[in-house]
Parts: sequence; C-alpha cells; structure tokens
Amino acid sequence: MAVSTSPKRGAKLDEVRTIAPSGAIGAGFDEAAFWNMMERERPQFIGCDSGSTDPGPFALGSGTSHWGRIAYKRDLRIMMAAALKYDVPLLIGSAGTAGADPNLAWLRDIALEIAREDGHHFKLALIHAEQDRDYLKRRLREGRIKPLKPVMEISEELIDRCAHIVGMMGIEPFLAALEGGAQVVLAGRASDTSIFSAIPIREGLPPGLVWHAAKVLECGGASAVRTTAAGLDGMFARITKDYIEFEPVNPLLECSPVSVAAHTLYENRSPSALVEPSGTLDVSDAVYEAVNDRVVRVRGSRFIPAADYTIKLEGAEQIGYQTFVIGGIRDPGILRQFDSWLAEVKERAARRVNDIFSGNAPEYQVNFRVYGRDGVLGDMEPVNRLEGHEACVLIEAVAPAQDQASAIVHAYAHIALHHPIPQWSGLITTLAYPYAPSSIERGAIYRFNLNHVVLPDNPLEMFPIEFADV
Amino acid sequence: MSKLGDITKLIRSKNAGPFLITFDVLFEDTATYTRVRDSGALTAETFARMYRTPIGDVEFSTYEAGLAIKATIPRKISSGDIGDPDIYGGQLYGPLVDIEIP
Repeated sequence: MAVSTSPKRGAKLDEVRTIAPSGAIGAGFDEAAFWNMMERERPQFIGCDSGSTDPGPFALGSGTSHWGRIAYKRDLRIMMAAALKYDVPLLIGSAGTAGADPNLAWLRDIALEIAREDGHHFKLALIHAEQDRDYLKRRLREGRIKPLKPVMEISEELIDRCAHIVGMMGIEPFLAALEGGAQVVLAGRASDTSIFSAIPIREGLPPGLVWHAAKVLECGGASAVRTTAAGLDGMFARITKDYIEFEPVNPLLECSPVSVAAHTLYENRSPSALVEPSGTLDVSDAVYEAVNDRVVRVRGSRFIPAADYTIKLEGAEQIGYQTFVIGGIRDPGILRQFDSWLAEVKERAARRVNDIFSGNAPEYQVNFRVYGRDGVLGDMEPVNRLEGHEACVLIEAVAPAQDQASAIVHAYAHIALHHPIPQWSGLITTLAYPYAPSSIERGAIYRFNLNHVVLPDNPLEMFPIEFADV
Repeated sequence: MSKLGDITKLIRSKNAGPFLITFDVLFEDTATYTRVRDSGALTAETFARMYRTPIGDVEFSTYEAGLAIKATIPRKISSGDIGDPDIYGGQLYGPLVDIEIP
C-alpha cells in the first residue's frame, strides 16, 4: 500500500483515512490492534472524542474530568506516539469531559507531561471553548441567543450564576489550528463529529458522507456488532467521493450493515437526522452493504446546510452541597409496611431538623431513593411497590452548605435507624450500614441550566486558539 | 403473544443531551420489525402511558434501514439534577422489556 501525503500539506485528497482509537480518551483500547491498523492503513489523521454531557453536570460545573488521570494519560500517550511516528495530526475534542478552560488545562498538562517523558516535540494548539459572559450577555440583548427544545429560561442573571459555560465548536476552529501549523490539537467543547469532519471537509469530500462517517467514528467501535470478545475499542474509516467504509480496529469486532445503520440512533433524538452547527446530516436515503464480514460500505448520506450557523451552549450552576447515607433493610416486617414506616420517619425527621436549626433551618431538600421499589425509575416507575426480601435505601440531603447538608441527612438517617414498627417492642436498628462513617459528603453539586444556541458572526469568534512549540 | 424483550436484538435507553431520553428498540429481522411496528402495542401512546409523559411530548419514529423503532421524551428532571434517578438514562428502558406483543 502506498503511503499517502499527509493532509497537512499538498494537493486535495481523493480519500481520507482516519482512525478513532477509542470512543473516549480514558475508556481504553487494544494497543496492538491500534498499531496494526496504523501500519496497515496509514490513516491521515487520528481523532478522539474526550467529552460528553453523559456523566452529568459535575464535570462542567467543577471543571474536572470524568475519567481518571492514569487511564487518560495511558490512552493519550499511545495516540501522541502514533501521531508523531506517522507524522499526522492528532485532533482531540471536548477536553477533559466538559471542555471548559480547567478541563482543557488539565488535558494540556497531561500532554505536556507525556511530551517531556517521551521526548516528543511538536506544535500544539489549544482551542478554548469557555465562553465570555459579557459576550453572551451582548448576544442575548441582541436576540442572537435562541432556545432549543425543551425550552428553558435564560437571563443575564442566569449567565452570571453559571460556574462555567462552554460553546460547542464546529470544524472551523480545528481547521484554523491546523492552518496555524499545529500537529496536536486539544480542543475544548466540540461537537463530537467536528473532530472527524474537519479534515475530510477541507479536502472537499462530500459533506453527507463525511458527517455520517464522523457520527460513527466519534463513538469508536460502538457501532460494531456487540460481542463479549472485546471492549468497545476503536473504528477505522475510509472516506471517498462515493462512499465510506467502516472497519473496527479490533480484529475481534465486526461491523454489519444493520449495526452501522442502527448507530445513527444512538444518543440522538431522531433516527435519521443529526443536527450540527453548519447543517443537518440526513441518513434517511443511506444504503449499507457488507464488503466482507467485518467491513461495511455506506452511500447516499446527505448533508443539508443550515440557514444560520449556530453554536450550542452548555452551562452548569452550583445548586448546593450534598451528603448522603446508604443503608439496607432485611426485616420482613419493615418491608411489608415500608411506605407508612417511611412517611413516619419523614415527618419526625422534618421536626428534628427544625429543632437542630432552632426553628431557622436553611432551604434544603431531602430525597429518599428506595432500590427494590422505584430507585431506578423514580416517578416514572410503573411497578412502584416493594417486592423481594431486601431493599436499599439511599437518603440524601442538599443544603446551601456542606455542614448543613450533613446535619440534615444525619437527622433523617438516625431517626430512620431506630424508627419502630408496631410488631416489635423495644429498640430496633433498622438500617444495615455498609460504611463507616455512614454518611458521605459529596461536596458541591451542579445543574445543567442552558439549552440554547448562539448565532455568532463567524464560526471562530467564540473559540480563541493558543499555539505553543512543545 | 410474545414479550418485546424476547423478540428484539436490543432494547436500550440513553440521554440525548441532558434534557431528553431516547429509547431504541432494535430487531434482528424485517419480519419481526414489521410485526411489532404494525402490532399497535409499541406506539407513541405506549411511551406516553408508560413514562407518564404527555403524548404531544413523545417523538416517535420507525427506521427500517436500522430495523429500529425509536422514541424520545423530555426528562422530568435534567441529567444529574436533584432527584434524578439515572444520570445516563441508561436503565429507563426496563419496563419496555415485558410489553406483550400480539
């Protein structure tokens, strides 16, 4: 196989080969399979998504990463080594889960540490996605921030309340970073697909095929036929003027026409339409065929450009501090009358909290999660009765300060711990605590509070780029 | 009659962003896909009733190329907010598994 020109330089390419080593940095992948694919296909760039809102609002609110640093560094080290060995760009999007400035700085420090340890030298670009509050307030006043569905309120005061706000970048900041000579691009919050679309779009390949390929690539090997033989691992794609081909990086995994077709459903509200900053991917006419038992070829995906270029916002605000207690119940008597027992506990505990704060309790919320009844679905559980021989009860309190949350949850837990049922006379202990201390302080907790898009003047203005020679 | 879980390849739920939950029901073959699609036992109304969601808020679709039936509903509590029972929305499909299909 001929080694192709790196897309950093030279004429436009007729095909772009790319590899997503993993669906998320830190989730891991088979190293040998990755190197084999690099050597066999010589992908012209390596891309990897590093973020998601899936783990909840904490990553954005606190500016910390979901995955552990050790796992993150292992994955990034292999990707950096491959990018430098084969002299191709490495594009990472949504740094450190949330892609806000502290998340990006965390990833940058890991990359610099690897470069020092392994003796790498390259040009680094950092693309910021953290949003300036004054900029957003101006856009809000101009009517250039629009709500998405479900509609949520926005105000200048809400913008100020956010711990962090990020914009989800499109392909243009990646291309600007590459234009500036970067070989390793670490981006803040980015649309998962932009990581993989930027270079093939620049090369003039059909946008429908490119965005479809990117949607599959951003989840790594997730669109392979499910098997227990290997983890999710990575995905290789060949994007040409006429078709795209997908092949799982791990030889133990296979793609089938249905497994690839079904992937556009995943984490997406519509089965056939995927909204991006610059338009919508429409796969309703896409045709999927098996090239062999592991490789699938796709044609016919279309891209419909949007009338307005939009950047989606994500914001998180702190809503208090939380402490929780977890306990188990095995007494058949308590389980039989659980709902009335719990109602009595709540009533007594509310009075106790009032006493603790001398009648001046802060605004607080207590929530009981009852596993065995409706712990998993909450209000949506159709079978909301307790069945089985044991139940798990999780009691959590949220208050403006950590010590308040802890005092409140202990009041509830201690009353529950000894609250009687009529069958027994004498003191009982009702909760089996698996931990000492029984309470766990969770620190500050956050809420996602924005579901809006900005209409910028251009695709770059919200995403400043820093370059560094490493 | 069959239980939905016994005749599908995969039933899953997941966040589609922090404010929506999306359900995918995937089939092994066209015959079963068509049988369930046309049965009237898995419709927008089914999701509305099961997840106590107004029918107007249920986005329901069928997707033959992926042999899939899909529904998306708004979350009552956004991902990770106080009281949210399932941050990823990954276990909310549970009640669908036992739906009876004629």
